[in-house]
Amino acid sequence: MKSVIAEHLVKTYRNGEVKALNDLSLDVEEGTVLGVLGPNGAGKTTTVRILATLLKPDSGSATVAGIDVIKHPDKVREQIGLSGQYAAVDETLTGWDNLVMFGRLYHLGRQSSIDRANELLERFDLTEASRRPIKTYSGGMRRRLDLAASLIVKPKILFLDEPTTGLDPRGRQDMWGVIQELVKGGVTLLLTTQYLEEADQLADEIAVIDRGTVIARGTSDALKKQVGGERLEITVEPSDLDKTNEIVAKISGNATHVDHRTISAPVLHGSKDLMDALRAMDDAKIHPLDIGLKRPSLDDVFLSLTGHVAEETVEEPVAKKKRGGKK
Amino acid sequence: MRNAIYDAMIITKRQLLQLARVPELLVFSTIQPVMFVLLFRYVFGGSIDTGQPGGYVQLLMPGIFVQTVAFTLASTAIGLAEDMKKGLIDRFRSLPISRGAVIIGRTFGDALLNILVLAVMAIAGYAVGWRPTSGILQTTLAFLFLFMFGYALSWIGILVGLSVKEARTVQSVGFLVTFPLTFLSNAFAPTTGMPRALQYFAEWNPVSTMVAACRQLFGLENQFGATANSWPSQHPLETSLLYMVILMAIFIPLSIRKYKNYSN
Repeated sequence: MKSVIAEHLVKTYRNGEVKALNDLSLDVEEGTVLGVLGPNGAGKTTTVRILATLLKPDSGSATVAGIDVIKHPDKVREQIGLSGQYAAVDETLTGWDNLVMFGRLYHLGRQSSIDRANELLERFDLTEASRRPIKTYSGGMRRRLDLAASLIVKPKILFLDEPTTGLDPRGRQDMWGVIQELVKGGVTLLLTTQYLEEADQLADEIAVIDRGTVIARGTSDALKKQVGGERLEITVEPSDLDKTNEIVAKISGNATHVDHRTISAPVLHGSKDLMDALRAMDDAKIHPLDIGLKRPSLDDVFLSLTGHVAEETVEEPVAKKKRGGKK
Repeated sequence: MRNAIYDAMIITKRQLLQLARVPELLVFSTIQPVMFVLLFRYVFGGSIDTGQPGGYVQLLMPGIFVQTVAFTLASTAIGLAEDMKKGLIDRFRSLPISRGAVIIGRTFGDALLNILVLAVMAIAGYAVGWRPTSGILQTTLAFLFLFMFGYALSWIGILVGLSVKEARTVQSVGFLVTFPLTFLSNAFAPTTGMPRALQYFAEWNPVSTMVAACRQLFGLENQFGATANSWPSQHPLETSLLYMVILMAIFIPLSIRKYKNYSN
């Protein structure tokens, strides 16, 4: 069963001048994680906002938990949890205050709200900081509290919009751990991210979006294969360029790409190919300036899927302004 | 409906909690009016002959009270704009709560805050010699008027906050609107000294009618200039009440509609 279905969503800003979503369709199987991967301005936040009933699409339809988001937003809201790019909590209040307040807004009783708040604070390792104003929290703590706030009524479907953007590596690791725990608990998750690695870690399936539409979809492995897997990359002195090129071409069996003094080509066997290359270079008495395997990055995925790099597109400043700043 | 009020109360409680967590907030919202009391009382008070027993401060305090509650417009707008910017309003909107609750709750919260601020101001006024002479009932009624005026204005603040969305802009706009409105009135000086056209404006200005109404309710004879002899200056209580009803009748539905349709 599909928990989330979006069909042919279109959303324009500024009277149609800026197309945020351009016929976007996606779905999420119940109990799985869909990673929506794309650069800034690709339409990730707009998609989440439509699915979470904060925004109406110009056209197209969407259902969450089988409920139409446009016709019955109130019923959808009872089923979902949403955590955005910024910590949407009251910063002057303490973590505990915030969670109790949200509990009461979900119409839990006073005692249940308090119990649930304590439980969530414990679970997200925030008990110690629970009586401090959010202002004093680190970025990672804020995000965890924000996530906790979206889990108060144990939603079956969760939307996380760039949950780790702006966090340091440590905060990101912590957040991943927290999200993985949630997923084990059987929640259906739609997660947006700019980082391939994050989608890789957390998502069962990835939808790559660009300029408001889904351009590729599949498991992380499938996508990477589509991009071409690992690449062998060697940088040498100009005089050694031709010889090295021959070596790389032989090992790869594919066309090589030469950029200044760097030669690269897709390889199938990773470290074995790397060692073969080293041996061949040594035999030919060539000393590489740099040699290594490069795993596909989001940029590679984008380059291969769209023919352009994952740069910020024009709509971003507008979207930012409309949302009143997102970071 | 019961749910709407319950939800609104939770939002209101949040604002009171903010005050409990950061008591300095109360200081910030009272420091300016208290400063005005001291400045006007001791800088101008000595040189303005009011012919009023008890002196200038009797006329001044109603003006200060009205000016103070008039700033509710800006504080409501700023508070709302900040909540929107931080994404808090989005979160509220993603919850299964009644739609108007968030803004209704904010107006309640700002109204409660006004009670505190007015109490502080009354104490400050008392300390510098302000003494209402009309008895407890009329004095209470005056404060009820002030409270309602602040409440009506906070609904304008909701619309401004939802429209402007940027706290800093709201702050300067609020300043630009509130200052001329409170000074082009009978709040601090008699309107008799103003050019004729301004006199009419000043006497129709809701700030003036409110100030005059409060002065009347506090037991003062001198309304501080009513030379244009306009209807509002002769019926300040009725006019003020009318203004409040009109403001609420316009801005409550407008604000709620704007909030419901608000989608970025």
